[in-house]
Amino acid sequence: MAKFHATKINPSRFSIRQWPFFAILIPICLFMALPIVYIINHAFKPFDELMEFPPRFFVKNPTLENFTDLFYLTDESGIPVSKYLFNSILITIIVIFCSVIISSMAGYALSKLKFKGKKQLLEVNNLALMFVGVAVAIPHYLVIEFLGLIDTFWVHIIPALAMPVGLFLLKQFIDQIPNELIEAAKMDGASEFKIYWTVILPLVKPAIATVCIMAFQAVWNNADTSSTFIDRESLKTFAYYLNSFITGTNTVASQGIVAVATLIMLVPNLVIFIILQSKVMNTMAHSGIK
Amino acid sequence: MAKKVVLFNAEYKKSIRKKTLTAWLFLLPYAALFILFIVIPVGLAISLSFTKYDMISLPNFNGFNNYIYLLTSDEEFMKYILPNTLKYALIVGPVGYLLSFFLAWLLAQVPAKARNILAIIIYTPSLTSGVAMAVVWRIIFSGDKKGYINAVLFRMGIIIEPIQFLQSPQYLLPIMIIVALWGSMGIGFLAMLSGILNIDQSLYEAAYIDGMKNKFQEIFYITIPAMKPQMMFGAIMAIVSTMGTAGIGVALSGSNPTPQFAGSLIVNHISDYGQLRYDMGIAAALSVILLLIIYAMSKVVGRFLKERD
Repeated sequence: MAKFHATKINPSRFSIRQWPFFAILIPICLFMALPIVYIINHAFKPFDELMEFPPRFFVKNPTLENFTDLFYLTDESGIPVSKYLFNSILITIIVIFCSVIISSMAGYALSKLKFKGKKQLLEVNNLALMFVGVAVAIPHYLVIEFLGLIDTFWVHIIPALAMPVGLFLLKQFIDQIPNELIEAAKMDGASEFKIYWTVILPLVKPAIATVCIMAFQAVWNNADTSSTFIDRESLKTFAYYLNSFITGTNTVASQGIVAVATLIMLVPNLVIFIILQSKVMNTMAHSGIK
Repeated sequence: MAKKVVLFNAEYKKSIRKKTLTAWLFLLPYAALFILFIVIPVGLAISLSFTKYDMISLPNFNGFNNYIYLLTSDEEFMKYILPNTLKYALIVGPVGYLLSFFLAWLLAQVPAKARNILAIIIYTPSLTSGVAMAVVWRIIFSGDKKGYINAVLFRMGIIIEPIQFLQSPQYLLPIMIIVALWGSMGIGFLAMLSGILNIDQSLYEAAYIDGMKNKFQEIFYITIPAMKPQMMFGAIMAIVSTMGTAGIGVALSGSNPTPQFAGSLIVNHISDYGQLRYDMGIAAALSVILLLIIYAMSKVVGRFLKERD
């Protein structure tokens, strides 16, 4: 009998036979990481290293100058950076909380409740997975204007709550909860809402974590809402502040500060993803469209 | 006896009605937001695309004139915007998609420790939107000697004068494609990675006993068929993220329209008409064309994945 040589997917240990995979993966990862490493180095470069020619990739004498410069600049514009930061954090928390509740309720209904029109609704939502917001930016503006949301705090929140991908992932995840669990809860006299709250929600934590990340990314990185719908400086977000700063400057001297700004935007995304990584992967296992 | 059945039936109907009501209560918040911010904007785009509308006077129905205008009289659209968009979409979409499958497959062949670190590195660029990261690439491709690429080429003696990468039409679109690919390993990539990792090991073992010979057969006969649903999800995410980041040309070059329209895509053309020329009818027609392109692309992928069943 020939030697059994099925590929071991997800091998448990390193082996020399894995070298071809690493030989392809590592150069690609270097390319992917290059701009990130560059941003980190740039953020810590002192002024003379930023001006250096030929430009050097790695920082020689790291300094926090650019960080203090960024926060010093803020003081001059009238509104402290902490106000933008506070807005962003508050908006992000509200959106994450509300979108998880709204999508998980809808996901429960679409997954476990029986009613007319369910199949059609699922199809509509699957179609909406393809929805690209920027394509309909102008009608979107008209709707927001009609609702009277312009220049209010709520414009940051309400339009961000409908997330077809979030609902889809939650629904898929709820699908694999055995119906017997729900039946058992019903026998005990639990209402549908109680089942949703005490049975379903605790079991779909991984999917909830994934929706949190997606909501976080959508809101934390969003500078467009502030620039399109908000006039009052005190209602604008941190992303807007950094973005206007990034696009507003082009001189080499300010590149260090731009790098700091970009880094501040990136790091929270990265930290949250690393913390919730295993939960996200767990959710993605159920992401298939049949 | 008969009466009892009828009664039972009426009660049954009542309980169905109650169930439907509960379901709709659960759905209500999502459905309301979904209609307001997805259905109505799309519907508005479709209806406005058949009108002339300048945001001041009321929309005026003018049939297919906007579409006819775009296809016949808007020189920029036919000469630059549409070809650019198709070129960008047809390269970034499929290449990004295949690349994320390939990377996910490679990652599945290495131990978990290495995989997690490498996966995070690959996924990181997609964390911030392409537009926000454009600033990094702007410095790397900067047109003076301080630009990193220019400095490297300079040192290697390939060029004497720095190349204006982001201002020259022949370089802008390729650079956009590179930047977009760099940032395209997002949620679809994660879905495919997890799809591959969840394939039942015994499928492979059985196939090798049945005479499967190599990795290529393995990919085509086991891996792809076993994770087709994830492949479909990944494809849709690839298409959406391709179109969602289509604005980077403007972010990279710093102007809309981009130099000689080299990096202008439909998304930029929409804001050109909508925000600069106040011609909402044409902007809406462009939106509809863009949505149709996205829909068509996903249909093609769907057909392609179904054929292998």
